Amino acid sequence: MARTLINAPKTAKRGEVIEIRATIGHPMETGFRPDENGKILPRNIIKKFSCRYNGELVFSAEMFSAVSANPYLAFHTLATESGTLTLTWEGDNGFSQTETISLSVVA
Amino acid sequence: MTMNPTPALLTRRRLVLASTSLTALTLMQPALANTDELAQAVSAYAAGKKVTEGKVKLEIAELVDNGNVVPITVSVSSPMTAANHVKAIAVFNEKNPQRETVKFDLGPRYGKSEVSTRIRLATTQKLVAVAHMSDGTFWSHTVEVIVTIAACIEGED
Amino acid sequence: MAASTQAMQADDTLNPGMLWVKDGEALWQKLPSQSQKSCANCHTPGSMKGVASRYPAFDDVLKRPIALSQRINQCRQKYQQVEPLRLESQDLLSLESFVAHQSRGLPVAPPTDSRLDAARQRGQQRYTQRMGQLNLSCAQCHDDNAGGRLGSSQIPQAHHTGYPVYRLEWQNLGSLQRRLRNCMSGVRAEPFAYGAPELVELELHLAVRAKGMLMETPGVRP
Repeated sequence: MARTLINAPKTAKRGEVIEIRATIGHPMETGFRPDENGKILPRNIIKKFSCRYNGELVFSAEMFSAVSANPYLAFHTLATESGTLTLTWEGDNGFSQTETISLSVVA
Repeated sequence: MTMNPTPALLTRRRLVLASTSLTALTLMQPALANTDELAQAVSAYAAGKKVTEGKVKLEIAELVDNGNVVPITVSVSSPMTAANHVKAIAVFNEKNPQRETVKFDLGPRYGKSEVSTRIRLATTQKLVAVAHMSDGTFWSHTVEVIVTIAACIEGED
Repeated sequence: MAASTQAMQADDTLNPGMLWVKDGEALWQKLPSQSQKSCANCHTPGSMKGVASRYPAFDDVLKRPIALSQRINQCRQKYQQVEPLRLESQDLLSLESFVAHQSRGLPVAPPTDSRLDAARQRGQQRYTQRMGQLNLSCAQCHDDNAGGRLGSSQIPQAHHTGYPVYRLEWQNLGSLQRRLRNCMSGVRAEPFAYGAPELVELELHLAVRAKGMLMETPGVRP
């Protein structure tokens, strides 16, 4: 399980736009870098990130080798109803991790 | 310094000069190819449709502290309503090993058309952020970023 | 340092170093394998405040100055009866970051312990001694030319207050000793091994040099 640093408000007003910041610990080995013997290290990156709000996809990102290690994303979503935001990261070598955050939406 | 170089030196000098210009030519060609590749990548993303500079703002430091971790923020002028919003944003680079940098899918629930991340830049180069709008149009912003290598080259730890 | 790098440090929601602080916090609570005690079992909440700001310190058991990372390992062996963690390993960095983070905002307070004097002196001498193929001393860059430029990089005063630090060049968190070793490679000198007394001596001198400055752990640096 990779470390994650997720920041999002716990509550929001209906119709408010909230910002979610998510960092995950991952080397994002580019696949272009040689080791000390000159052999190219195999690529090992997170390729996809998605955020589902009560099951509905509200944001996704496709990451390439050009994304820095310990990838950071700051994105937005409209607070519509209370529920769960599910953040999923998927990548090379079967990497898959999901974190959930709760959001309470008031009128 | 000898005033009359021997024939052997003359030949070597000519060879060095020749190879320098060959090298120069070789160095030039990849750079030109990269700029073409960048244009091609943007064009492919827009499926051949017209891409207009405007509406998009790619925020990035002009001179980065370190090319390994470069914060960027892409914002797009859009009301982000169901009828009029940003569908997707893509960032392309000019001189990294691969043109694609990062792509985002937004949509009407996104709320505020702004997204941030941190990217790697191999060297000084152009970056293009392209936004795909719900009305099918494509907009972009091109920036030039200066990237230098760290002064003290360290051994791998 | 660019505004964006400073901003990365100033905001805990942006600071990648917080990944390690969080991890360290979890390790602090965890029972290491084969042990009956976690760090938290002995060390009450808040008890680590001010600790990092007075390291390196003289260790009564080893009878020599040691860095914070070595003190953590001392604890593991003596009080938790487990193996020491490899120096510069992710777990040890996490623990060190967590402990040092508790001193964030506190002034660097090198101990006045006279048993440290000889080692501190050696550290100071080494700081001003030329080394490596480039034949440069720490002082020549970081005292004489601080604020200037080496290539396009700004030469910092080289204070240790942010360590362990998330270095953009490493795309990783690392200790002060890693940075010192990198400096030594930078001037083409053979770097001292992790945990070497020479590195601890340099750390002792850097602590005196930064006396009174506020700790920033986890720092973010280019």
